[in-house]
Amino acid sequence: MRGWWRRDPFFMRYMLRETTALAVLAYALVLTVGFVRLAQGEAAWDGWLAALRTPWALLLHFVLLAAMALHAYSWFVIMPKTMPMMFVGGRRVAGAVITRAGWAAAVLAALALYALARRWLS
Amino acid sequence: MAEPGTIEIQVLRYHPERDEAPAWQSYQVPFTDDMSVLQGLQYIKDEIDGTLSFRWSCRMAICGSCGMMVNGKPRLSCATFLRELQPGPVYIEALAHLPIERDLVVSVDEFVAKLAGVKPYLIPREQRSLAQGEYPQTPAQLERFEQYSACINCMLCYAACPEYGLNRDFLGPGVLALLHRYNADSRDGGRAQRMPMLNAEEGVWTCMAVGYCSEVCPKQVDPANAVNQNKVVSAMDYFLRFLPRSGGTP
Repeated sequence: MRGWWRRDPFFMRYMLRETTALAVLAYALVLTVGFVRLAQGEAAWDGWLAALRTPWALLLHFVLLAAMALHAYSWFVIMPKTMPMMFVGGRRVAGAVITRAGWAAAVLAALALYALARRWLS
Repeated sequence: MAEPGTIEIQVLRYHPERDEAPAWQSYQVPFTDDMSVLQGLQYIKDEIDGTLSFRWSCRMAICGSCGMMVNGKPRLSCATFLRELQPGPVYIEALAHLPIERDLVVSVDEFVAKLAGVKPYLIPREQRSLAQGEYPQTPAQLERFEQYSACINCMLCYAACPEYGLNRDFLGPGVLALLHRYNADSRDGGRAQRMPMLNAEEGVWTCMAVGYCSEVCPKQVDPANAVNQNKVVSAMDYFLRFLPRSGGTP
């Protein structure tokens, strides 16, 4: 079974999906550090903001954003398989509908968050 | 219009009493557009090499006997056509992860023992006398388990499951789907008897939600769904014990 995940493209996509969880963890750490720096006072907070503007931090953000997008995409692909059957009006909701509704919710949530951030920053 | 041609079929042969290890053997098989992989193997057995062993019965994707690896993927050989695999060669092996008895024949003993262990039959919720008539069920109640009852025990999902390949103690997708089929049946009252098997590490918790089992299932049983929705059921079963029963003392 050594290297089993290289045997089939399906398994490679699975490993990629699971690996993106590490990007979620990484960004949670970035935000946690920001939270701690905020508690330490204005100078510490400004230092954290300045660190986020460095080219390496920007590159990290692009990589994490791509991984997060993939994470959200694949999360909702597998979602219908992880939940009990859903019935609306006596009819079963198809897996594809659940997946598309999830994608739509993710895009809407991201847009709403972006709009909120724009308002706060202006 | 069937166009005749020839295709190379490579079969992984293994006779345990004679061979030290499985080895590939090549055959040139004439085929037409309407020929399945199974028919290709039957041609080999009838016309070229009578020592080749493989299982088959119905030839119409319902008996579940002719599962094998076709070009590395678990398929029913009767429902896979040679025309789709042109120009070849077509590589055929016994189902992955399962012990080979001879050539393409694998042992089903483990699967059958596990299946029998999960009580795959209705344990009536309430005993009814003949005079009381049948156990009625609404179409909505039927839909809760119907797809899982479509399992034909072909074991393609076991060959697809890397978790089963890593840990043969895992009950596996097919058996867990059939366990769920009875637990989800409104007429059944055997849930409490089946929960220990579901809750065990070899039950739903070995599954890592790869999902390939559902991809290869020829009957759209979606075993990954049966297994993964029961992780929630199993977690609830564990935590609900800490709540007091209604009307009683904790």
